[in-house]
Amino acid sequence: MQEITREQLIAKAKELLDKGTVNRVLGWKRGEFDWDITPALFESAEELDRDFVWNDFCGANFSKYLIAETKKQPPVTDKPVLVFLKPCDTYSFNQLLTEHRFERDKVYAVGIPCSGMADINKIRDVADGVVSVKSEGENLVVETLYDGTKTLPFADMLAERCAVCKSKKHVAYDELLGEDGELLDSNRFDEVEKLERMTPDERFAFWQNELSRCIRCNACRDVCPACTCEKCVFDNPQSGVENKAAANSFEEKMFHIIRAFHVAGRCTDCGECSRVCPQHIPLHLLNRKFIKDINSFYGDYQAGAEVGSRAPLVDYTTDDLEPSEATKWEDTNA
Amino acid sequence: MQRIGVFVCWCGTNIAGTVDVKAVAEALSHEPGVVFSTDYQYMCSQAGQDIIKNAIHEHKLTGVVVCSCSPRMHETTFRKTVAAAGLNPYMLEIANIREQCSWVHKEMPTGTAKAIILGKAAVAKVNLNAPLTPGETPVTKRALVIGGGIAGIQTALDIADAGFKVDIVEKQPTIGGKMAQLDKTFPTLDCAACILTPKMVDAGQHENIKIYSYSEVTDVKGFVGNFDVTIKKKARYVREDLCTGCGLCTEKCPQKKVPNEFNLGMDNRRAIYIPFAQAVPKIATIDPNWCTMLKTGKCGVCSKVCTAGAIDYNAKDEYIEEKYGAIVVATGYNPISMDQFDEFAYSQSKDVITSLELERLMNAAGPTGGTLLRPSDGEHPHTIVLVQCVGSRCSECGKGKEYCSKICCMYTAKHAMLIRDKYPDTEVYVFYIDVRTPGKNFDEFYRRAVEEYGVHYIKGMVGKVSPEGKKLKVQASDLLDNKQLHIDADLVVLAAAIEPDKSARPLATMLTASMDTNDFFTEAHPKLRPVESPTAGVFLSGTCQGPKDIPETVSQAGAAASKVIGLLVKDKLTGNPCVAHSDELMCNGCSSCEKVCPYGAITYIDKEFRMPDRTTRIRRVASVNPAVCQGCGACTVACPSGAMDLMGFKNSQIMAEVDAICK
Amino acid sequence: MQMNENYKPLIVAFCCNWCSYAGADLAGNNRLAYPADVKIIRVPCSCRVNPMFILRAFQRGADGVIICGCHPGDCHYTSGNYYTRRRMALLFSMLDYLGIERERTRVEWVSAAEGAKFAATMNDFAEKVVSLGENKRLEDLRCKK
Repeated sequence: MQEITREQLIAKAKELLDKGTVNRVLGWKRGEFDWDITPALFESAEELDRDFVWNDFCGANFSKYLIAETKKQPPVTDKPVLVFLKPCDTYSFNQLLTEHRFERDKVYAVGIPCSGMADINKIRDVADGVVSVKSEGENLVVETLYDGTKTLPFADMLAERCAVCKSKKHVAYDELLGEDGELLDSNRFDEVEKLERMTPDERFAFWQNELSRCIRCNACRDVCPACTCEKCVFDNPQSGVENKAAANSFEEKMFHIIRAFHVAGRCTDCGECSRVCPQHIPLHLLNRKFIKDINSFYGDYQAGAEVGSRAPLVDYTTDDLEPSEATKWEDTNA
Repeated sequence: MQRIGVFVCWCGTNIAGTVDVKAVAEALSHEPGVVFSTDYQYMCSQAGQDIIKNAIHEHKLTGVVVCSCSPRMHETTFRKTVAAAGLNPYMLEIANIREQCSWVHKEMPTGTAKAIILGKAAVAKVNLNAPLTPGETPVTKRALVIGGGIAGIQTALDIADAGFKVDIVEKQPTIGGKMAQLDKTFPTLDCAACILTPKMVDAGQHENIKIYSYSEVTDVKGFVGNFDVTIKKKARYVREDLCTGCGLCTEKCPQKKVPNEFNLGMDNRRAIYIPFAQAVPKIATIDPNWCTMLKTGKCGVCSKVCTAGAIDYNAKDEYIEEKYGAIVVATGYNPISMDQFDEFAYSQSKDVITSLELERLMNAAGPTGGTLLRPSDGEHPHTIVLVQCVGSRCSECGKGKEYCSKICCMYTAKHAMLIRDKYPDTEVYVFYIDVRTPGKNFDEFYRRAVEEYGVHYIKGMVGKVSPEGKKLKVQASDLLDNKQLHIDADLVVLAAAIEPDKSARPLATMLTASMDTNDFFTEAHPKLRPVESPTAGVFLSGTCQGPKDIPETVSQAGAAASKVIGLLVKDKLTGNPCVAHSDELMCNGCSSCEKVCPYGAITYIDKEFRMPDRTTRIRRVASVNPAVCQGCGACTVACPSGAMDLMGFKNSQIMAEVDAICK
Repeated sequence: MQMNENYKPLIVAFCCNWCSYAGADLAGNNRLAYPADVKIIRVPCSCRVNPMFILRAFQRGADGVIICGCHPGDCHYTSGNYYTRRRMALLFSMLDYLGIERERTRVEWVSAAEGAKFAATMNDFAEKVVSLGENKRLEDLRCKK
């Protein structure tokens, strides 16, 4: 159950369009079902009334869309674009500003509170043939083809990334709807630690199983707010690592390691990669490993917490730990 | 497709002893792109080089692989060879089959197999090589010397004498530095002022030298040959163009209680002052911290007595921007603070002094007119203890410096000798860890102190100094006789360690010049490039680079000057073409590369791009200044999109080497 | 793990031009032997080594990859090896996390004066890699004929 209603968001969007503060709105557009929601651009009150949606499946992080949106030609960009940002989205927003990916004054950001988003796959695990999902108080009411109507606790259906949410606090906005939340003491590294405690063979088997499912659809890369290269190295014949097909070999590992490395220190842990993966590979566990290592090796660092901060991989101290010490944790756990 | 020639060197038996060179040449002849392959006994000899040149002509080669000794040995030689035959010198690669193959592997089959793989890697790389041309930049024929001590003065004089303009920036009101405060100099015992002040005058009057005294460097931009420097001229409230240096103001100023830093606070000066009689420039300066007029607006005595009308209470800091081709750092040193060393009772007794304070007490222009008197009561000291290594060679103590300050052994011997010479009735004890006297006539000098002047040298450290009445109780150990000593001293002199001036660290940041952990500037190479900093166009003179005495400082100053002259005589600088290059079409403008660049070679520009739909789009993209880039490649890895690449070591080239090796 | 008597590992060593490559040359000057399985690639600075090169080497069948640079604080380019240190610490930890033997990757600081250290390091590294056997976890099987 979200704290704020669809009507409130539409009202805010209409008000800003009316006043001429903005001339278009980045929002969530309804799909065929309650959960297949697409990011979309709304330019009028009619469009908003017809298609704008805000429910427990509005996970999409709009920050990355701002790059293309603000690069449009005038007159489109004569006025700012309105974007609704959940707390976790604001970190990506700041990180993109740090990297000069868009101009701040071309965007009007409205921070909105978020109670976490539901994961349709978790619902499908317990309900066969889902046709609709509606929020009712602390529960989700699920209509199905084969299991009748089911009432499921919202908290149990939260997406993994929301269950271990790191912040309900917005770090960037022009205007805030509702109350701002707090930084949370999340246990988001538990899963990483669980893997770390495994033997190398178990870890290898785990990742072999996960990554060999990769079909190299590039959805993780395309949705990632840190993957904003003009041309990705994996698409560039000159880079020497260009490849498109996934074979039963090392290539998908190469792809995911390099991708994680490229976003290391810049990844805000928004979790979009795992959300969009059609093969349900827990890709966030790669990024989170880097975040965890960065925190323990070089001190706590949250990408996007502030604009202009220096990412750990473009920084150093003269007494950093040696690479040989970096994997020592295993000895204590073995 | 390249047309590559492979040339395998025997190096006599050095390579041919463990590598079958014919087999290597044969194997490499089948590699893609290779059209010619041969071997020869000494490829670096004239005959060998002719083979390469002829083959380039005969087979229309576009690339050359030499399988020979380390590229660190003969890369330059062979680059010249291929260039002489009309090929771009960067179309050459060397496979190191001597140092990294024949010399470390004993079996012929092993050595041969490895040599072939190394050769293949070099061929794979050359296949992707492209001709590189070094860029050229003009040189501003003017040098900046930061620091006006003996190091800075000497460097400036040498550069100026060679006909180039030099500016000295000195933060004090006068040049002269520490040497101006010294009394006599070892090992000749000539007076410091007598040899320094003529040089100061020369510098002040030299037509090519401009002195910015009471000034600081606040910003440095640009790169070798083209530095843009901002100099802050602190307001001295006295117009330099009008002041004649008559000194009347410094006599009439009613504020008499200002500790005189030139005499290390052992006497007082006025609020308007000239640091010492031979100051250059000889211009008065008002100390804004003490001047009653500046603080309260009431006084104005100096203005009234100044017949030249030079006093200007409304003066403001002035910023000057100037272009330079080369910068010399000569920021010098200071003795460390004695706060941490209270076992010697420095803070408790006026009669515990540092060696530099002793210099002032013995100097004819010092607070006592050159008569050695105890600071506490003005009496002649009869028993004097000199303590060496206070804070030097002090790795465990945690409060001093790990390094040897180098000059203390000699100046302590000098002090002991001078005291005994002037006051034969005094007993002088020197406590030392070691007496280090390498240097021309240095050990002879020290022996004279011991043998002719009867100075008591005791190996051991002073443990504690306790003031008791008029005496200083000195507890010490004599390590040679293995006994404890108790000396009732009248004066204790501490040979404090020296450390780089505090202004050096921020300056190093501005210059992107590196420093060691002790804040001494790092030289480009400790043995072979001792007066250059790793940053091109920045040179080091004097103690900013490490502890050294006057003769050494002066020689280094001259060396730095010759390096500067060598740079300034050039009209254009030719760079290293193996520099980073950003592909603007791929660059995101994320700034990662800019942050890791140790040289500040990367800047961002807003560039207009034509889009396929005929519109234009402005994007922020990285731009590398090839004159500043040193080619480390840090940016190439920081760049996630692979837009940044390093010429001569391109991603594709290294990847090709990896592939060739891992085949 | 089955031990092939004739198993020869393939080791790629990236050496920075100013220290470690010179260190390797010195090892050669002093005739200090190390296994021929070690093949050196010269880079201007250890910070030039892109993680892609390392993964590519493994993909193409390398059994171990070692990166050698100037000692921290002695980098010819002032700070290059400090970046190497961070990048490789994170990369190696990640490879370990993926279950890839951590003894297959190493960073070692070797100065131009440390020919003996270079040879000793390579001997030691090669020994470790031999004990691990062939790299099966990383290589692209299609690359092996």
